Amino acid sequence: MSLYFKYLKILFKSQMQYRASFLLLMTGQFFIPFSVFAGLYFLFERFGQIRGWDFFEVALCFAVIHMAFAISECFARGFDMFSGMVVRGEFDRVLVRPRSTFIQVLGSKFEFTRFGRLLQSAVVLAWALGSLPLQWSPAKILTLILMITSGVLIFTGIFILQATMCFWTVQGLEVANIFTDGGREMAQYPLNIYQKWVARFFTYVIPFGTVNYLPLMYLLGKNNGNDLLYMLIPALGSLFILPCVLFWQLGVRHYRSTGS
Amino acid sequence: MIQLQGINKSYKVAKRQTGLKQAAKALFYREHTTIEALKDVTFEITQGEIVGYIGPNGAGKSTTIKIMSGILVPDTGTCTIMGYTPWKDRAAYVKNIGVVFGHRSQLWWDVPVIDSFELLKDIYKIPQQDYQTTKNLLIETLELQEIINSPVRQLSLGQRMRCEIAASLLHSPKILFLDEPTIGLDAVSKIAVRQFIKTINKEKGVTIILTTHDMNDIEALADRVILIGKGSLLYDGQLGELKKQYATQKTITADYQKNSTPLQIPGTQTLSWTPERAIITVDTDVTSTSEVITQLSNIVELKDVAIEAQPIEDIIIQLYKEYQI
Repeated sequence: MSLYFKYLKILFKSQMQYRASFLLLMTGQFFIPFSVFAGLYFLFERFGQIRGWDFFEVALCFAVIHMAFAISECFARGFDMFSGMVVRGEFDRVLVRPRSTFIQVLGSKFEFTRFGRLLQSAVVLAWALGSLPLQWSPAKILTLILMITSGVLIFTGIFILQATMCFWTVQGLEVANIFTDGGREMAQYPLNIYQKWVARFFTYVIPFGTVNYLPLMYLLGKNNGNDLLYMLIPALGSLFILPCVLFWQLGVRHYRSTGS
Repeated sequence: MIQLQGINKSYKVAKRQTGLKQAAKALFYREHTTIEALKDVTFEITQGEIVGYIGPNGAGKSTTIKIMSGILVPDTGTCTIMGYTPWKDRAAYVKNIGVVFGHRSQLWWDVPVIDSFELLKDIYKIPQQDYQTTKNLLIETLELQEIINSPVRQLSLGQRMRCEIAASLLHSPKILFLDEPTIGLDAVSKIAVRQFIKTINKEKGVTIILTTHDMNDIEALADRVILIGKGSLLYDGQLGELKKQYATQKTITADYQKNSTPLQIPGTQTLSWTPERAIITVDTDVTSTSEVITQLSNIVELKDVAIEAQPIEDIIIQLYKEYQI
């Protein structure tokens, strides 16, 4: 772990070489999801509520998902940009160093500009929390933290899957964006507003439902009993990353036997 | 120290056809051909050797290096290096080796070189004291004082290569793989790099395996050459032997007082002739150079004579031709 921070340090130094473009990109990242959020706002302005969810409840959902996405884009950018690493042959270098491939790829890139996006979702989160009549308890705070961390792990898992595919295809697969960008767009609303099969897919296959919809019910006091289950369900969702990491190991083995 | 026994490696490569229609077809169905990159490669290298590993492009040099450095797993065969099987004990094994890929950088592009060194120290878990000693030694011998604080992107290729080599030696590896370390360097940098490689081999006993297309590298560094072509080993032996066996031609350039009689000496061939200068090649299987010079001095009044051995480059071309690679 300390090695990871050493990687961060050198990447931050590199980033600071391009201060102007860094600031511009960060500002851009602040405003991109802002327009999406504005859309959300006007939608509720017009319709009042959707399937029993009102604006601040959805805003909370939005903030959690966007925050998770921004954090995982910061940290797991190395996996997101991995195809370039394979194409340029830099992965060979990773293999001749005495550390796990996982930490080295993770440390190969860090997207500091996503702090803009992070900041924006933090603002929305604070606003939503401030405006909702919530009964706070330590358990609820813990749940909120669990929702965000599990969300980060799920997005990271998808980035890892996407990177692993590069071992077979070399070129990056845009198709994975359906699940990262697409998943983010879908999961920023509570899942029960969608068709059943969509909700099921994003609960059991890619478990976004476990980090927003279900624990959100608990936070808002909409669940019928079984508090503990609703509270801990994000932790269950975060298990998604385990098969992703296994798949990664498999991909590395494939790479070493084909050298493509 | 290094033992390769019957290493085989083949790649599956998708056949590419020309034309839009074929390209569209290839989206769904691809024919594969198998390319045998290495066929029964066997050799042994002892500690402290410098081995030049040569062969034309696509001969299998890089594949061999990749197998020896633990990047690739061969199909069959065994490879034991310092008691490790490179691809099995990767993390433990690679601590003992340094790898320089001539056309790829291992340094972080936008930060001063010294920052890269510091990070490598953490990656390899080098103890602080060892790191200081090695680093200072490398900075001194490779003359990096001036450039160590500049970002890599501002360095010239020669400066960068010196830093690359230093970076791969920070953890004091026992074996150093150099994949085309002098590619694209100017003459001065080339000599500096060669000089340094010699030094670490002599003083630290680092075993060095070097691939290159520059035969001057081989001549300056390697006592032993391994020649590979189309995946098979073709020659493995002393450079001197190779020369003796194949370099049977010498070139003599003679300047003399004006003389209009053309030269005719048995066992030689005249490449160019003017009344004041002649360039002739001698086949040392037929006659000796001293014999030719004696005969020359009988015909003309010599002013100056220069004898050149056949460049190693020519020998290699001759070899490639002979083995049809």
